[in-house]
Amino acid sequence: MIRKLTLTALTALGLTAGAALASGGEGDYGHIEDHVFSFEGPFGKYDQMQLQRGLKVYVEVCSACHGLQYVPLRTLADPGGPGYTEDEVRAFAAENYEVFDAELDDYREAKPADHFPAVSGDGMGPDLSLMAKARAGFHGPYGLGLNQLFKGMGGAEYIRSFLLGFTDEEDEVAGQYLYENTAFSTGWVQMTPQLEDDLIDYDDGTFASAEQMAEDVSAFLMWAAEPKMMARKQTGIVAVSLLILMSVLLYLTNKKLWYPVKHGGREADL
Amino acid sequence: MSGIPHDHYEPKGRFANWLHDRLPVVGLAYGTLMIPTPRNLNWWWIWGIVLAFTMVLQIVTGIILAMHYTPHVDLAFASIEHIMRDVNGGHMLRYMHANGASLFFIAVYIHLFRGLYYGSYKAPREITWIIGMLIYLVMMATGFLGYVLPWGQMSFWGATVITGLFGAIPFIGESIQTWLLGGPAVDNAALNRFFSLHYLLPFVLVALVAVHIWAFHTTGNNNPTGVEVRRGSKKEAEADTLPFWPYFVIKDLFALALVLLAFFAVVGFMPNYLGHPDNYIEANPLVTPAHIVPEWYYLPFYAILRAFTADVWAVQAVSFLTGGIVGAKFFGVLAMFGSILVMALVPWLDTSKTRSGAYRPMFKFWFWLLALDFMVLMWVGARSTEEPYATISLIASAYWFGYFFVILPVLGWIEKSKTPPATIEDDFNHHYPEANGSAAE
Repeated sequence: MIRKLTLTALTALGLTAGAALASGGEGDYGHIEDHVFSFEGPFGKYDQMQLQRGLKVYVEVCSACHGLQYVPLRTLADPGGPGYTEDEVRAFAAENYEVFDAELDDYREAKPADHFPAVSGDGMGPDLSLMAKARAGFHGPYGLGLNQLFKGMGGAEYIRSFLLGFTDEEDEVAGQYLYENTAFSTGWVQMTPQLEDDLIDYDDGTFASAEQMAEDVSAFLMWAAEPKMMARKQTGIVAVSLLILMSVLLYLTNKKLWYPVKHGGREADL
Repeated sequence: MSGIPHDHYEPKGRFANWLHDRLPVVGLAYGTLMIPTPRNLNWWWIWGIVLAFTMVLQIVTGIILAMHYTPHVDLAFASIEHIMRDVNGGHMLRYMHANGASLFFIAVYIHLFRGLYYGSYKAPREITWIIGMLIYLVMMATGFLGYVLPWGQMSFWGATVITGLFGAIPFIGESIQTWLLGGPAVDNAALNRFFSLHYLLPFVLVALVAVHIWAFHTTGNNNPTGVEVRRGSKKEAEADTLPFWPYFVIKDLFALALVLLAFFAVVGFMPNYLGHPDNYIEANPLVTPAHIVPEWYYLPFYAILRAFTADVWAVQAVSFLTGGIVGAKFFGVLAMFGSILVMALVPWLDTSKTRSGAYRPMFKFWFWLLALDFMVLMWVGARSTEEPYATISLIASAYWFGYFFVILPVLGWIEKSKTPPATIEDDFNHHYPEANGSAAE
C-alpha cells in the first residue's frame, strides 16, 4: 500500500517538476549570482532594517528614473514590511512626493493612501513594483527548472546581480550609449551604472558599499513585489501542519476501517 | 442507479416518506454514496476525488476573485495587484486559484493515464471516457481563458498565439479568429468575453462531471484486474465490493490530505514556481517576449503543434496533395487537436480482449513508453524550436500517434495476455490471504 502510494506521489511530483519548464536560459550573459537573503525558505523573514535601508536606496537613487506605481505608501507601515509607524509614513509621504489631485485640480503633498508615483517619459526606466517577480534569476538544467525548485525564482538575486554586473565597458549604437552588464540577457543595457561605495548615508550607520546597497534595494524590491510574503508563509506553515495532523488521523482511521475487511473480520489492534 | 445488486434507500418515518414520494433526493444521495465499489481499487483510483475537490476549490476561489477583478485592458493588471495587496486574504486566494489550476491538471493527467493503463475506456465505459475527454477539453479552454485575465505579457501573447491557431484554418480562419476575439486583435473586447466565458465554463464542467459520475455509477467502477463485479446475486456482488461510504471516502480523504499537503506547501512557499515571470509585466502589444511559452499543462500538445514544420516530409506531402490548402501551420493545428481527439477514439482503437494492462506483457512496455513520451513532449514544448529539440519533438509526436493508431490495434492481434483472476474477490484475497476468514463466516 505504502509502496504504491509512494509511486503515486512520485508521479505527481514528476509531473510538477516537469512543469517548471517555463523559461529558457540565454547565451554568454544572463549570469545571476546566488545570494542568501533573509527571506528565503519556508521560514524566511524580511529583515526590517534592511527594508528600511533598501527604501532609502530606492528613494535616493532608483526613483529618479523608476516608479513604484502599484505600491501604496501606507503599506510601509504594514506588518511584515519596513515597519514604520503611521506617523512616520505620513511624514515620509508628505516630504518626498507630490501627487496630482483631480478634486483640487492641483498638485498636493502625498498622503499614506496614495501610491508611490509612476515614472514615465523619455529615458525613464520600467516600473519596479513587480520587478522582483518579473525576472527569474534561475532557470535550470535543460529547462527542467530544478534550481528554481531549490533556490526560488531568484528575482531579488537578479536585481542584485544586475546592479553589480556592470563591467565599465560602454558602446555607442546609433547615437545611443549602451553599458555592458553580465547579468542582462543580451549583455548591453541603456541604464548607466549607478551604485558606488559611500553613495548615500544609511540612517542606521551601516557603511553604504555598492554591495550593501545592491543587497538592500533588492530585498526592498522583493518586499514591494510581494508585501504579503510573511503572512503567506505563515498561512502555509499552519496549513501544512494541520494537514500533517489530518493525514495521520485519516491514515489511522483508514487502517482501522479496512482491517476487518483485510483480516477476516478481526478488529484492528491499534 | 447501479446495475450491481445492493441495498436501496428505505425512507423511515412520516416526513421521510412524504419527501421520498415527492422528491427522492435522499435516495439519490444514498445511492450515490453507498454505491458498491470494487474492493480491490488501488491508490491510482484516488484522483477522481482530488479532481472533484479541486473543481470546487477553483469555483469558490474564482467567484471571490471575480468580486475584485476588473476585466478592462487598462485596469485588469492593476486589479490583480489590488487583490494581491489590498483585499483581505486576496494573495492566498489568487495563489490558490493559480496553483489550483496546476493541481487540477496534474490530477487529470494521472487520472487519464490510469484509465489508459487499466483499460477503463473499454466497453461498457466508452461514454464515461468520452465525457471525460470533453471535461478535459473544457478544462483546457477554461485554463487558457483564465490565464489571459491577469493581462500580463504571457496572457496577451499566449492569447494571440492560441487564437492565431484558428486563423490557420483555410479560407474561413481569419473570420473565425476575428469572431472569437471580437476584433482584429486581442484587445478589450477579447478580454471581456474571455472573462465572461471563464466564469461560464466551470459550470458546464460541473454538469459534465455529474454526467461522468452518473455514467460510471451505471456501469460500476473499473478496477485493477479489469474483471467485472459479479451481478448474479447480492451475496456475490458483496464479496466483490464494499460500499463507497465509508471505505473509499476515508481512503480517498487520506490521499486528498496528502495531496493538499503538497499543494499548500507550494502555495505557501513557492507560489510562482509554476508561473512565468513575464506575466508580472503588464501586457504590451508592442513588445514580444523572447519566448512565448504556454502554461506547463499545455506543453505536450504545444510541442506537437510546433513539431510539424514545413520541412517535414509528411507536411510537404499533405501540402502537395491538397494543393497548398493545408500548409505547415494548419497541419500543426490539425495534429494538435488530433492528438487529443485520438485519445477519445481509444475505446475503438484498442482491439485487445483483455481490459486491464496489468495482464498484458507487451502493452505494459508501450504504455510506459507513452507516459515517458508525454513527459518528453512536455519538456520539449518549453524549449526553443532549434535542433535537437525540433527532431526530438517530431519523434515524440510521431510516437504519440503511433501508439494509438498502430501499436494499440496491432497489440490486440499479436499479444498473448495473461489470465486475470476469475473474480475481484479472488484478487483481493490473493493480496490479503487472511481476508478469507470473512467469507467463511
